[in-house]
Amino acid sequence: MPLNRKIAIIDLTTGDIDVKPIPLAVRKQYLGGRGLDAYLLYNHTEKGCDPLGPDNALIISGGLLTATCASATARTHIMAKSPLTGLLGSANMGGFFAPEMAWAGFHHLVIKGKADKPVYLFIHNGSIEIRDAAHLWGKTTTDTQWAIRAELGDEEIKSCVIGPAGENLVRYANVMTGIKNSAGRTGMGCVMGSKNLKAVAVRGTMDINIARPAEALEYNKQFIDQITSAKVNQTQGTLGTPFIWGATNSWGGLRTRNFQYNQCEYADDIEPERLDDIATETIGPHHMTGCFGCQVHCRAQYKIPSGQYAGKYDEGPEYTSQGAFGAMPDCRSAVTVLTGNHLVDQYGVDNLEIGSIIAWAMELFELGILTTEQTDGLELRFGNDEALLEMVHRICTRKGWLGDTLADGGIPAAEKIGNNAFDYLIQVKGMNNLHSDERATPALALNVATASRGSDHLRSRPAIDLYHLPEPVLRKIYSSPIPYEGPLSSEHTDYEGKPWQVFWQENCYMAVDCLGICKYHTVFLGATLPNFEDWPKVIYYNTGLELTPEQIWEIAERSNMVERLFNLREGLSRDDLKKGDMLNHRYFDEPCLRGAPGVVGRTIDREKFSKMIDEFYAHKGLDKNGVPKPATLKRLGLKNEPSHLL
Amino acid sequence: MASANKVLMIDYEKCTGCRLCELVCAVKHDGISNPVRSRIRVIKWEAEGVYVPMSCQQCQDAPCMTGCPAGAISRNESMERVEVDYDLCIGCRTCVSVCPFGAMNFNPIDRKVIKCDLCDGDPQCVRFCDVKAVDFVDADRVGQIKSRSAARRVRTADTRATAIHSDS
Repeated sequence: MPLNRKIAIIDLTTGDIDVKPIPLAVRKQYLGGRGLDAYLLYNHTEKGCDPLGPDNALIISGGLLTATCASATARTHIMAKSPLTGLLGSANMGGFFAPEMAWAGFHHLVIKGKADKPVYLFIHNGSIEIRDAAHLWGKTTTDTQWAIRAELGDEEIKSCVIGPAGENLVRYANVMTGIKNSAGRTGMGCVMGSKNLKAVAVRGTMDINIARPAEALEYNKQFIDQITSAKVNQTQGTLGTPFIWGATNSWGGLRTRNFQYNQCEYADDIEPERLDDIATETIGPHHMTGCFGCQVHCRAQYKIPSGQYAGKYDEGPEYTSQGAFGAMPDCRSAVTVLTGNHLVDQYGVDNLEIGSIIAWAMELFELGILTTEQTDGLELRFGNDEALLEMVHRICTRKGWLGDTLADGGIPAAEKIGNNAFDYLIQVKGMNNLHSDERATPALALNVATASRGSDHLRSRPAIDLYHLPEPVLRKIYSSPIPYEGPLSSEHTDYEGKPWQVFWQENCYMAVDCLGICKYHTVFLGATLPNFEDWPKVIYYNTGLELTPEQIWEIAERSNMVERLFNLREGLSRDDLKKGDMLNHRYFDEPCLRGAPGVVGRTIDREKFSKMIDEFYAHKGLDKNGVPKPATLKRLGLKNEPSHLL
Repeated sequence: MASANKVLMIDYEKCTGCRLCELVCAVKHDGISNPVRSRIRVIKWEAEGVYVPMSCQQCQDAPCMTGCPAGAISRNESMERVEVDYDLCIGCRTCVSVCPFGAMNFNPIDRKVIKCDLCDGDPQCVRFCDVKAVDFVDADRVGQIKSRSAARRVRTADTRATAIHSDS
């Protein structure tokens, strides 16, 4: 039974390891994955703890359904206080790590303290060993994984690791598994580096009993058919996420030249079809791969076709790399995108953050805010592919004044650069935005402003808002499992009803993050994909837990509230540009210059935006300042803040 | 039986490496999620992105069958499969060591050898594999399917060569 998977609390300073069962009462409150991680983070860190100090807790988990007979439940979640934002750090990745950890006996690891020299953890069928990692330090993400397999003599070991960026404490270093699966956001790799923890390796052959195996198997088939019959997933399975980039660019929702434009023109070489051609040419017709148990197979395989890294194998690129190494720095070359993607995978750094921060530096350079002295002679202009890739190397190795400065993240860098550098930084809560431009889409703007981990699309984005679905369709989705009779609009430029959609998506995404399910298997890009009504069965057949859609919703609400409580404890306040639910002034002041006729000229209306925040807070049960009302905490069982059951 | 004259056909080039086949095989046979219980295994070269599902070929002249000292392995002609009689099996694992494909496995939990039984004619690995890297086809079509696939490659190469020729 997945419910018998354990939690291990590991202190790297003392070497103490405490293994405990996860009480059913806690499962019923938080399920697993991200929700339970939020509860653990709140309880295992003190207010104001140093994100890079031994007091920070790094939490690695699988979801409630991970390694059961439920489709695409391979997500690994990683949480800690973020060294990039000083608020909630949280990142999620696919691959094969979390199921292997579950077969090795564990669903959650809480890693505290700091090892006095580089170490890695080896977790095997219930046992946990802290091993020397001196020989792994300095290795790339993939070399580290292969070296661990060779050392332990088992090709089936799965590891989540940091690369040189994590070792060098780049504030947005990520944690990786496999070739390119990345727990990318908020610098979880930097936290691992600060603890001298190079990797967590897992191998398991322990049974996970399925509560009702025959039903679970049949329902899984039904679930998969529902998922693979969605057009959006069929497209994902052919072109991967780059198709989203292409679609978004076509109407003008793509951040270009930092934030100067909302559409990347003449970009044929980095369009999804071109990237697909390269994958076909370098790998063959069958070049899509996927995570454990998933039939969407949204990840392309490729070899870099030319240039310094010609012939190197990698996977992706995701749409984020097309943004990071394509539109944002205005480098419209497939080889540059594929090379940038490869470099971040090898260094172990968040592609969104590094691409965004370099594009910002390019804008500052062109404005004269950054000088050639500060760039050590580098002509850091938009469209300079070589300078872009050189900056990736410099940041990940902290080389030169600018490399070292940008490695500390946007806000500290802006303070160091001075002048009005901060005004050009497209960030929320200290984390840069992805490659999308939300000036024409108020719902998406509200999402990035209020996302718990900083500017981000995977916490509450109502992406289907862009499809102009008929109102009855929206009503069917958004008025269940909790009744909603307020306004809903099919028009993506409207403000009406959007706060409810963002609130609904926030709970939907939290639920899948607790269950360990990938977001392509819920109402993210496809309106017909499973949601609250479909999960009770899959949970029951696999675990025996009986939950109603309303109960799952409440668990998601509770988990989101714990994340909110953590952020409030660490200094979140509504209108704070650096630590609040607030957007950069450019969203309000600079109109969109390109795109579809209804998009050109759009900005976010400050007053309407503020009203959306008010409404969003009201749906969440927060007061005007974004602080939960006593009645809300009581309703969610959080009256005394999270209690210490674990 | 439904399975008569059908064989498992594996086209590893199509495999996405997701290992769903391993999961459903274990759940179907043992009601448990655990890849060591699976009769099919995806062998991977992750650094190159190559994944090869390996399962029993149901050999005509099966080494496991000839090698079994207890006479516990036999060919079931009506099901077109090689099967283990657990009442006779002594658990010596000779079959595991002689199988040229590594398709006879040892389940370390129940301490018994396991192999593909084609799910009595409805192989779950095939049912769940969306890309049909694992397929269940009439025995007389296997060669034909492979020929067609090879012919397509020859044709593509020829078309490209012609294009290059006409370019120059």
